[in-house]
Amino acid sequence: MAQITMLTGFILIAIGLYGALSNSNILRMIVAFTVANTGVNVVLVSVGYMTGRKAPILDDAVAVADAVRQIIDPLPQALVLTAIVIGLGVTALMLAYAYRLYESKGTLDISAFRDLKW
Amino acid sequence: MKNKIALVLVLALGFIFGSLWIGFVPFTTLNETAHYYAENTADEVGAQNIITAIIVTYRGLDTLGEVTVLFLTAAIVGLVLARSRAVEQDAYSKPEELPPAGELLEIGTKLLVPLILLFGAYVFVNGHLTPGGGFQGGAIVASAILLMLLTDPLRRFSRRLITVIESTMGLVYVVIGILGVALAGGFLDNRILPLGEFGSLFSAGAIPVIYALVGLKVGAEFCAMMVSLSETEDR
Repeated sequence: MAQITMLTGFILIAIGLYGALSNSNILRMIVAFTVANTGVNVVLVSVGYMTGRKAPILDDAVAVADAVRQIIDPLPQALVLTAIVIGLGVTALMLAYAYRLYESKGTLDISAFRDLKW
Repeated sequence: MKNKIALVLVLALGFIFGSLWIGFVPFTTLNETAHYYAENTADEVGAQNIITAIIVTYRGLDTLGEVTVLFLTAAIVGLVLARSRAVEQDAYSKPEELPPAGELLEIGTKLLVPLILLFGAYVFVNGHLTPGGGFQGGAIVASAILLMLLTDPLRRFSRRLITVIESTMGLVYVVIGILGVALAGGFLDNRILPLGEFGSLFSAGAIPVIYALVGLKVGAEFCAMMVSLSETEDR
């Protein structure tokens, strides 16, 4: 189960990176980066998964005394929560810059921006 | 040609991922860190949701940094889009008429916005008991604002109010963290308030308070980003 989830995540990362490298439209690149970002999160969560165990919430389903043998690793989930929020911030920044780029050249095609090309 | 180079790069990366994937063996027991959290969270932090205990208390400094990054993002989005907004100010005096949003959307917004706000508050106040917490609750609160913007794209929100909410919540968050140094074991220690009965709403010390602050702050930051974007596009 964890292997399938991890493979899905790796495939998402590869799709996202290929999309970001092969598209010339900035909006498509941003979407591709979001896909890759999701893939990274899926891989991280799958690392902490253990078959047959429960979510790390100590309610009626998990006895406090027996928690060590019943719950999955909580740490990757906590880290992914941080990663999701930061990913959203990065996406918002990319969109804001995309807007400014569109304003300056009237196009979103990345090949029109040659200022840093040597 | 360019696409072929990209394909080769991605295939090479896929090879690295593949070897990682083949060598991956899922854990059958918790590692040392997770073992500590599973064993001691109920006694030390008193939160049912171990993930919340990690985010708010064990790695609270991390979360403070995360909130700071989010604040920076909102500030930079505002800064980057600021000049576009300045141009818009001239046309501000005679707002152009937009076609009406439609009865379905208008009535739906009036009905749903209070419910969504209530649900967001529920999610961040119950962060230590159920899945959820400040960031999720804040995002839900911001989705209510997004719904209002969808109904009336020319609607203006008070930037001053958003800024005041955001900075007050951030300041109180840091003050609670410093109180932890003075009254309990260290920075952002949640035991400045009594731990209470395990599993009830008023338990886990300062965690519900901190998560309510984080929820409002995150909600305000998301609103600031959306307001910056929406005020820019309708030029």
